[in-house]
Amino acid sequence: MHKLEKPTMTESDAFPAPTSYLDILQCAKHQTFENSPEKEVQDYGHTCSETILCRDPLEDLEAYPPAEPIIAEETKLLLSNLLDISPVLTEVASAIIDDSFTRCFKSNPPERWNWNLYLFPLWCLGVVVRYGILFPVRVLLLTAGWVVFLTCFFPVHYCMQDHKLRRKLERDLVVFLFGSFVASWTAVIKYHGPRPSPRQKQVFVANHTSMIDFYILEQSTAFACIMQKYPGWVGWLQTYALPSVGCISFNRTEAKDRHYVAKRLREHVEDPESNPLLIFPEGTCVNNEYVVMFKKGAFELGCTVCPIAIKYNKIFVDAFWNSRKQSITQHLIRLMTSWAVVCDVWYMEPQNILPGETSIEFAERVRKLIADRVGIKMVPWDGYLKYQRPSPKLKEKKQQELANAVFNKLEGKL
Amino acid sequence: MGNSSSMLTQYDLEELQTHCQGIFSQREIVALYERFCALDRTGKGFILSDEFMAVPEFALNPLAERLLRTLEGVNFKEFITLLSAFSARASYEHKVEFIFRVYDSDRNGKVTMYDILEVLRDLSGSFLTDDQRKQVVIQALEEAGFSEDSALTYQDFLEVLNKAGLKMEVEVPVD
Repeated sequence: MHKLEKPTMTESDAFPAPTSYLDILQCAKHQTFENSPEKEVQDYGHTCSETILCRDPLEDLEAYPPAEPIIAEETKLLLSNLLDISPVLTEVASAIIDDSFTRCFKSNPPERWNWNLYLFPLWCLGVVVRYGILFPVRVLLLTAGWVVFLTCFFPVHYCMQDHKLRRKLERDLVVFLFGSFVASWTAVIKYHGPRPSPRQKQVFVANHTSMIDFYILEQSTAFACIMQKYPGWVGWLQTYALPSVGCISFNRTEAKDRHYVAKRLREHVEDPESNPLLIFPEGTCVNNEYVVMFKKGAFELGCTVCPIAIKYNKIFVDAFWNSRKQSITQHLIRLMTSWAVVCDVWYMEPQNILPGETSIEFAERVRKLIADRVGIKMVPWDGYLKYQRPSPKLKEKKQQELANAVFNKLEGKL
Repeated sequence: MGNSSSMLTQYDLEELQTHCQGIFSQREIVALYERFCALDRTGKGFILSDEFMAVPEFALNPLAERLLRTLEGVNFKEFITLLSAFSARASYEHKVEFIFRVYDSDRNGKVTMYDILEVLRDLSGSFLTDDQRKQVVIQALEEAGFSEDSALTYQDFLEVLNKAGLKMEVEVPVD
């Protein structure tokens, strides 16, 4: 006869808040102890099975303390653990209501300030000045810049024989062209830190907000940049003019393009004559309030990585380019009809991969440096999720976590 | 915003508040409306499965596909009614009703062992065998006084689930 003791644990000790299916498996485990009731069961929930398995129905039940309600509640608890999917549902609802990925690509317009009687006429005056005076002047400036560029670039590119001089002139012309773009928005750019110089085995990485990041950087130093191939006049530039400074264009959706780019990158960093290499490791434009995960390609080249941090001042204009909503031309026109583009560019201290660090860890470390400098938040998402679904591996990882708790207990029992 | 009626009037807000039994405040409804419009990219007035799945946090959840059956094609009114179960002001009964409906996919008011197995399969994927899952479910059902063939009702769910332990709350970010 097995003497039953009143459970001395308080209810909260015996029945902590159910967190996973491991609780059910506790009891599944205890079924095997049917034949050996004296065996000591270590884990929580053992009191319930002991009382069930060890009870002799012929016993005088009055001798026992009123354990029935506890037993009844305990058994219901196992099913309740199983049916309680509220943690998973909470995560789903949380994703529906607000998620950190969508927030990265939201244009947050500045506060409306023209809402009362005396500010509104001022604002109207501002509109007239911006669209009527500034915009035409800027368009003229830009056109003049293009004309100069085109008339000089083609003769130099096709006719000049001296390679060294040709390269230098092409570089200067490209810098000039982007200078005229930047002037056409009355950009006020503050550069901090030493200017980049052509050196072997170095690559520059920057956070990405808009295509104008490239223009702003290019007008101070002729970088060779890796870019997504665009249609229209940008594509024209990418095909004819930019390769002369070493720019590489590719299509992010083409797998063999990515392979080709990786090869070209390696060749480029080996060449001491090539222009400094610029990469935007986020792979997509983000709204200058967050930074998404960096692709490790730039960090695997065995080079020194020089971070560049770019921050736009939203008071003047929101420079985020939402490529789904606007074409590049519309984006540029918006910039040209604003007062100014004000931004800060920090050329930060070059970083090398530390011994024992993987390229992904290196990328994260550099990302943190840039995020801290700009004052923006890091999110753990891949920028390419804008264009494609997350890999099923992520879901499987969650499923595995949920199943593992169950499986480990099952294994422990057998 | 691309939506034909991108602003909610006070009248709309009051109507929506009544519709969700006063669970959401007016500010929360406005915030949810902005979110609805952001998800509904083309301004149709309802959200397609693809648009939900474009949110990576949603797509990687094991119960996403199951919930899409209820979520896709909903208009804003239905959207907030569904989400009201996750408000801190929603009652325990309301939350359990939501959970019950997730299990009861054929809407016959009964949850059988097979329904439970289906949800467990969604949750654990290929990391548990069918036999292991069956074992666990039968165990749990029998311990609670049900059998393999029992069909649980909403009332059973109310009794079985632990009122104190049920935490199903999401805060709506208001500006």
